[in-house]
Amino acid sequence: MKRFLGFVVKEFYHIFRDYRTLLILFGLPAIQLLLFGFVITNEIKDARIAILDQSKDEVTRRISEKVLSSGYFILDKNLTSYKEIEQVFRQGNIRLVLVFGPDFSKNLDKTGNARVQIIGDASDPNTANILVNYLQGILSNYLISLNAEKIPMQIVPEVRMMYNGQMKGVYMFVPGLMAMLLMLISALMTSLSITKEKELGTMELLLVSPLKPIQIIIGKVFPYVFLAFIDACIIIILGNTVFGVPVVGSVGLLLLESFLYICMALSLGILISTITSSQQIAMMLSLVALMLPTILLSGFIFPVENMPWILQVFCHIMPPKYFITIIKSIMLQGNGFRYIALETGIMAGFTLFFIFLSVKKFKIRLA
Amino acid sequence: MPAIVVDHLAKHFSTVKALDDISFSVGKAELFGFIGPDGSGKTTLFRILTTLIVPDMGTATVNGLDVVKDYRKIRKDIGYMPGRFSLYADLSVEENLNFYATVFGTTVAENYELIRDIYSQIEPFKKRKAGKLSGGMKQKLALSCALIHKPSVLILDEPTTGVDAVSRLEFWEMLKRLKNNGITIVVATPYMDEASLCDRVALIQDGKLMAISTPSEVIKTYPWSLFSVKADDIFTLLNDLKSFPGVHTVFAFGQAAHVSFKERNMDEKLLSEYLLGKGHSGIKISPAEANIEDCFMELMIKT
Repeated sequence: MKRFLGFVVKEFYHIFRDYRTLLILFGLPAIQLLLFGFVITNEIKDARIAILDQSKDEVTRRISEKVLSSGYFILDKNLTSYKEIEQVFRQGNIRLVLVFGPDFSKNLDKTGNARVQIIGDASDPNTANILVNYLQGILSNYLISLNAEKIPMQIVPEVRMMYNGQMKGVYMFVPGLMAMLLMLISALMTSLSITKEKELGTMELLLVSPLKPIQIIIGKVFPYVFLAFIDACIIIILGNTVFGVPVVGSVGLLLLESFLYICMALSLGILISTITSSQQIAMMLSLVALMLPTILLSGFIFPVENMPWILQVFCHIMPPKYFITIIKSIMLQGNGFRYIALETGIMAGFTLFFIFLSVKKFKIRLA
Repeated sequence: MPAIVVDHLAKHFSTVKALDDISFSVGKAELFGFIGPDGSGKTTLFRILTTLIVPDMGTATVNGLDVVKDYRKIRKDIGYMPGRFSLYADLSVEENLNFYATVFGTTVAENYELIRDIYSQIEPFKKRKAGKLSGGMKQKLALSCALIHKPSVLILDEPTTGVDAVSRLEFWEMLKRLKNNGITIVVATPYMDEASLCDRVALIQDGKLMAISTPSEVIKTYPWSLFSVKADDIFTLLNDLKSFPGVHTVFAFGQAAHVSFKERNMDEKLLSEYLLGKGHSGIKISPAEANIEDCFMELMIKT
């Protein structure tokens, strides 16, 4: 035990003396979270639009007012002819053009049928889609208020978005980032620190010492369990204080699940280090084989349900997917262990599998 | 019982024969040297002895323990200093030593006596990071670390490579003292002059042992008459000597050339006149005692 402790102390020396490691360990989570939280967002505010009003009557003015006071749109320009539309889109700062046909209110009164056109800039399809939806919503709201007394029957849906009432993007990024960063720190850092000993030749001396392989491995990863755990806490706290992402469920359960996930990622890191002998290869493997699937195939950014079935199969063998499901379930829905028992079991299974493989693969000798 | 017994050991890496049917034994408290050029198989042999790799054929025992079966026990008994500097550059001198002490289940204080001579020389720098030490100091620290658990067998792979002449001498003084403490020492070196400091030496080339003997015995086996020749222009001297009739070998040796003749009764005057005729000045010819290097070169020619 004393041997093991001596080993762990040495590991901490390595980590705390390398300011780059420290920066990655503690700077990265904060920076990533702030970046993802502030920069990548699906909500759109203050989109610049142009209006071509060919009737200029009271109704079109009222609709324009409603649109511009909604908070989503800012009037950039009033157009006078169709020709200008193409031109303003080309200038690039206009997202959408709203066109009212001639004799708008007259038509509305007489035939009950007035023409309005919405032209979006679909070079950015997601944004265009969202803006068009916003605008349609405003138009139909206006129509309903206009006809409130005339139409006897109407279906008014009352929409409520559960667990994320304001549809905040951050609610999605915090769990995803946690899965990504813990994977990065745990798997990458441990695989690097073990292969580093191989590269420097110090592994040769460790092997000749009476330390058992399992002691070497656990001694190597132990500090990272601790550090990754701190990172998990940083992410949860930052998410809560800066972005207001709540932890509805039990914090204790959340930390326990994070701990399990960290162990899983660490055992994966050990596995990588047992099959590689240089830091470079370990780094490539960790980044390409772990990071990309964690980002793309875990349901972090792209919903798993929309993928082709072959990719969905891959998604189901990506451990981060289960972790993201678990944290979303605890943080946002406030579920207890009962609801995430299956996912927890799968993660524990992954962990045991990786540990089993790495112990089998660990060499008690050189080459 | 000898400390190390190696019996018909062989190891190859893909098509390269690193060790080819090697047998020898090292007695208790013997200082045993392996002399051979780079790539001759010294490191492979040492890695087998330290249980780091498994031989293809043959057996090896350390303190009667088999290097394959009893590797765990052997690892407690040996001190190993790899050819490359293998300590942690970001840990200080003191931290490195403490680390290896704890890993081997002991403390620096417990075995301080054993390493005092060596460690006291680097102790003034104990707060310095190991990566910032000079070559000689690094080797002293590595030796201290290898010794900290009181091993009965010390295996040193080229411990003096890249170390200045004075530090090398000091280092060998320390090895002598350790040997007197009853520690068996196996050391590899590419430096011929260090061979004469060993109790016995083994000359190794291309994975084969060419001779095992005491340094004086090795020298006695030298078959030819040897002369040391000096002249002002050493470079043309070497070439001119090679074309002198009856010359067997010519090697540069410091400021002189060592010339060997298969003929016993070589006339020095004849050689002197020949060199004068070639326009050399400052010619000095004297009979020379063969040293380990001459013997090694001779053995290399034979094979």
